[in-house]
Amino acid sequence: MNAPMRRYLDHAATTPLDPRVWQAMQPYFEAEFGNPSSVHGYGQRAEAAVEHARGRLAAALGCQPEELLFTSGGTESDNLALRGAALAARRQRGANRLLVSPVEHPAVARTAEQLASEFGFELTLLPVDEYGQVHPHDVARLLTPDTALVSVILANNEVGTINSIAEIAAICRERCVPLHSDAVQAPAYLPLNVDDLGIDLLSLGAHKLYGPKGTGVLYVRAGTPLRATQTGGSHESGLRAGTHNVPYIVGMAEAFEIAQAEISQSINRLIDWRDNIITTILEQIPDSRLTGHPTNRLANHASFVFKGVDGNALLMLLDDAGFACSSGSACKTGDPQPSEVLLAMGITPEWAEGSLRITLGKHSSADDVDALLAALPALVERARKLERIHR
Amino acid sequence: MTKPKVVVAMSGGVDSSVAAALLQQQGYEVIGMMLRLWSEPGRAASNRCCTPASMSVARRVAGQLGIPFYAINAQESFREVVVQSFLDGYASGGTPNPCLACNREIRWEYLLNRALALGADYMATGHYVRLTRNPGEPVRLFEAIDTHKDQSYVLHVLNQAKLQHALFPLGELTKPEVRAIAAELKLPAATSKESMDLCFLGGQDYRDFLHRHQPQLAQPGAIVGVNGEALGEHSGLAHYTIGQRKGLGIPAARPLYVIAKDTARNQLIVGFEEDLGGSQLLTEPMQWVSGAAPAQPFDAEVKIRYSARKVAARVTPLADGRSAIRFAQPLRDITPGQAAVIYVDGEVLGGGLISAAAVVEDRKLNRPAPESITLLDMH
Repeated sequence: MNAPMRRYLDHAATTPLDPRVWQAMQPYFEAEFGNPSSVHGYGQRAEAAVEHARGRLAAALGCQPEELLFTSGGTESDNLALRGAALAARRQRGANRLLVSPVEHPAVARTAEQLASEFGFELTLLPVDEYGQVHPHDVARLLTPDTALVSVILANNEVGTINSIAEIAAICRERCVPLHSDAVQAPAYLPLNVDDLGIDLLSLGAHKLYGPKGTGVLYVRAGTPLRATQTGGSHESGLRAGTHNVPYIVGMAEAFEIAQAEISQSINRLIDWRDNIITTILEQIPDSRLTGHPTNRLANHASFVFKGVDGNALLMLLDDAGFACSSGSACKTGDPQPSEVLLAMGITPEWAEGSLRITLGKHSSADDVDALLAALPALVERARKLERIHR
Repeated sequence: MTKPKVVVAMSGGVDSSVAAALLQQQGYEVIGMMLRLWSEPGRAASNRCCTPASMSVARRVAGQLGIPFYAINAQESFREVVVQSFLDGYASGGTPNPCLACNREIRWEYLLNRALALGADYMATGHYVRLTRNPGEPVRLFEAIDTHKDQSYVLHVLNQAKLQHALFPLGELTKPEVRAIAAELKLPAATSKESMDLCFLGGQDYRDFLHRHQPQLAQPGAIVGVNGEALGEHSGLAHYTIGQRKGLGIPAARPLYVIAKDTARNQLIVGFEEDLGGSQLLTEPMQWVSGAAPAQPFDAEVKIRYSARKVAARVTPLADGRSAIRFAQPLRDITPGQAAVIYVDGEVLGGGLISAAAVVEDRKLNRPAPESITLLDMH
């Protein structure tokens, strides 16, 4: 066999389950399989597990347990936050405007667009700088009394840039408009205390932090108006119907606690490798640019654009050489649409089509980094030749 | 020992899936790739070649075989090269066959380049066609064993540079055998029924497509008889094809057929059955599979459409790269823009597009010998 060693460098897409998390989850598949809504002992024990998990998450986030709603993941949390808060704000105070950054994950961006096209909200996009950062003074400038909700991503999935959520939150608080932030990429690298952040709504998912896929949580600050968008039983205070995914919720609490506890350890392990990747690539690959902020970015995240490269072709070459990377947004249909996040940052399509995201994780090694840096320049060059042959 | 590496162009259909499975059984390291081709906005779901549904089937097949699978976007190139030449072909009065351009420029160029960039030694497709390789000799291209499924007509466009990397694992099999292998291996297959329609038309009439993309082709003009007499009005030359009988809207004692198109005058020339057809044609510059044109005129069999039967003919390679082809019996549907593909004993020697000028010329010059064809004004 001539298969190369497989190296996983796509931790912003998803992460492997931590064995400690798996262990915490296991009892709730078979032995304790009850439905938390049931009256009997099976149900009571399952409910206790869910509520225990809620308590652990609340403690880690610095909030009250009742301020957390369990969902099926980051995307559902974003959907519930935007749709639920926008509809509630309209009902309560006639607010009709959404103020959203142009570098949001599609879970936020597409939801905001649907609220505009189907529900008649007015959608205003915040400006961002070349790093994809929202500046608080722009929020202050564009915030109107009829704004239902502001939404700004905490740490960008495509370019790794971290936003000054606390400053933006202070402005929103002063104007009595709720602020939502998608923090799905953050928990393994940034401390998340909802009061330090000053946030009203915060979306989280478990699978970016060595927890299971298909489970997430939405923090809703007490007193923030929210309408249910998934209706049914009275689970989650009637705000999110559906039987609790008990083992996954337990796993998420375990994973989140571990991730937050290990932040400085993770940063210390990864940040030099990240900076080595950035420096070396910019040095050795002609017509390359870093995307996102050079320093104010996730410790595991390095992202680039290469001029005149088909990003999907580069990913294929990398995969064949044993490196699992991403172009920034997980799309494998071969559709070459340049990322709207990169375009919003002022990157031209000619550059934006050649995007590459390298995200390190717990199991990354110095050897992974060295091997990648040794292989990448030639692979980019090969991808460029492919473009030339054709165009 | 490293295995030879082959990229299989997959479609989710039974043929390419079986091709991938067979090559894997034969000991190749197999990688699947699937082209995403252009569709009109909003019509991707009805594209014959690459619907999202067929791509998910191809992914399932790749997953079942445990091979890597990559979607390769070729939409922009397909639009530029294949769709544009389709439109241009109609604009110049022909009836183009976009599958030829697609195989030459997209599948066996754009995709092949990506396969080679991955370090592949070969690229394979599920086409029904055979190759022979002998050291020191050009690769030779033959019809498939299953003559009903034979696809050598479209693959005459492959030159030696492409053929040296080509594998066609289905050429020795019949379609029922391929189906049996798929069933035995429990390979999922796309359910869409086989179709001769062009992939990017997505089931619509090509005339509607032309209307949207080349409205100037719907330029009405005169329908004239073989002696130039005005008989009626046509709705645009692109809407008609040689040999067409229906839809002319001219009352006549005997059925009238489209004999030719005169693009210079925007006239559609019609006549009776005996006026239809010709016994010779002139091609555009030929693509010879071996890379070299035969030095002398020779007897061969020629196919003038994908679905036509081969007919006996004498082929005369001309100094300028084209060929003059004279048929033993007159043919009624020699159609400019289609390819004339030349076979000797089941081997594809080459082919070339049927030139627009020569067919009209043929009739006006009272069918001279091929050697004497000259390109005069079309009067």
